[in-house]
Amino acid sequence: MAKQLYYEDVEVGIEIPPLVKCPTTRQLVQWAGASGDYYELHYDKDFAQAQGFPNVLVHGKLKFGLLGQMLTDWIGEGGILRKLSCSYRGTDFPGEEIVCKGRVANKYVKDGEHIVECEIWTENPSGEKTTPGNATVILPSRAQDKKEA
Amino acid sequence: MKKQLYYEDVEVGSEVIPLAKIATTEMLVKWAGATGDFNPLHYEDAFAASQGVGSPIVHGALKRAWLGHLMTDWTGEQGILKRLSCQYRGMDYPRKMKDMVTPEEGETWWCKGTVTKKYVEDGQHIVECDIWVENGKGEKTTPGTATVILPSREAKS
Amino acid sequence: MQQASIITDEMKEQLGVEGTPTILEVEKGHIRMMAEALDDPNPLWQDEEYAKKTRYGGIVAPPALLCNARAGTGRGVQMKSPFLRALAGGDELQYYLPVRPGDVITSVSKIAEYNEREGRMGKMLFTIIDTTYKNQRGEVVATSRSTSISY
Repeated sequence: MAKQLYYEDVEVGIEIPPLVKCPTTRQLVQWAGASGDYYELHYDKDFAQAQGFPNVLVHGKLKFGLLGQMLTDWIGEGGILRKLSCSYRGTDFPGEEIVCKGRVANKYVKDGEHIVECEIWTENPSGEKTTPGNATVILPSRAQDKKEA
Repeated sequence: MKKQLYYEDVEVGSEVIPLAKIATTEMLVKWAGATGDFNPLHYEDAFAASQGVGSPIVHGALKRAWLGHLMTDWTGEQGILKRLSCQYRGMDYPRKMKDMVTPEEGETWWCKGTVTKKYVEDGQHIVECDIWVENGKGEKTTPGTATVILPSREAKS
Repeated sequence: MQQASIITDEMKEQLGVEGTPTILEVEKGHIRMMAEALDDPNPLWQDEEYAKKTRYGGIVAPPALLCNARAGTGRGVQMKSPFLRALAGGDELQYYLPVRPGDVITSVSKIAEYNEREGRMGKMLFTIIDTTYKNQRGEVVATSRSTSISY
């Protein structure tokens, strides 16, 4: 497991370590089974083409899940994901890379909680942000740890 | 609840009550999720074409499950399915979906069976059947056999 | 010319009406399927021995678990639209408590608002759905706001 991230480690503007993914059609079918979302747009190519898309689409909520993975990897076990929000603006297709990225937008302490707000998004191979959003996480603080010790 | 089938109700040559099924691309994906069989042969056009079957095909195990459904519907709660076997002889192709809930026009599959033998052994009332899945052209793509134990009216009284 | 709204009175009547609760019984096997679908090897989702030693004290569900079509967002509400085609527009989840295997999550959704817009492919309907997720102790584990687009 990666070493724990602390509130003091992050500054506004720093990047979240990117998570590179390349969903396959298999992964889309696995997601359908796991999420119970059996919409044909995500596995039936003829259906997707009849709807005007060149291929089946990656589920929006699967991209939500990937952004979630990027964040839980980053904040570690000591961090808490409080809010995750994203919009499914652009389509992504299986076999194409999806890079999950993020940047710290704000950090502050409120009611004793060390809060970090981030912009997050997924990027397609053309560098377009197909799934922009934001997230709020609570990180442990070194100062607090010392006080409690 | 359906009424219970008894040993005395069936004769050699009796029909198992047929069961209609419509395979769709959606059903295949549900089956993949439920069984964990994510072989792309059953959902990816390009892969299925490269394997020489043209387009994604219905899982053999799904057709076997249909035959299980046929038998458990027929034998009812008091019947026991002892054995079921089938062979995957012919390929079946699912209907595509027209919209989110409606499949396109196409073939309907029928699960059917006939009683081939009935006998009592060690106090058990045993019935053997030929069973199969028939495609829209009437071809038996998935023939098999099943053995069930039925309750007996006589044993009951 | 003023075009007729696609939002009917019948649809408006559904605004703010709480739908039928839906239930998700959280199981380890389901969490594993979710982690496999995400290709997320984090041991917190799957390795009980490992997870016991963390402050969670056991396996917890990844954030995506509540993105479930079997229960939760939009289930149990009367979603009406003049269109047949649909896409997800976005999801926002607020997490309050961890979700664990064995939890029974009851969620209640309601339609918060409708918006109609002119899109690339003609008129589109945006339906905003709010959902509250509670565990078997009645504690709110999460809330969500989701957008469904039909066109």
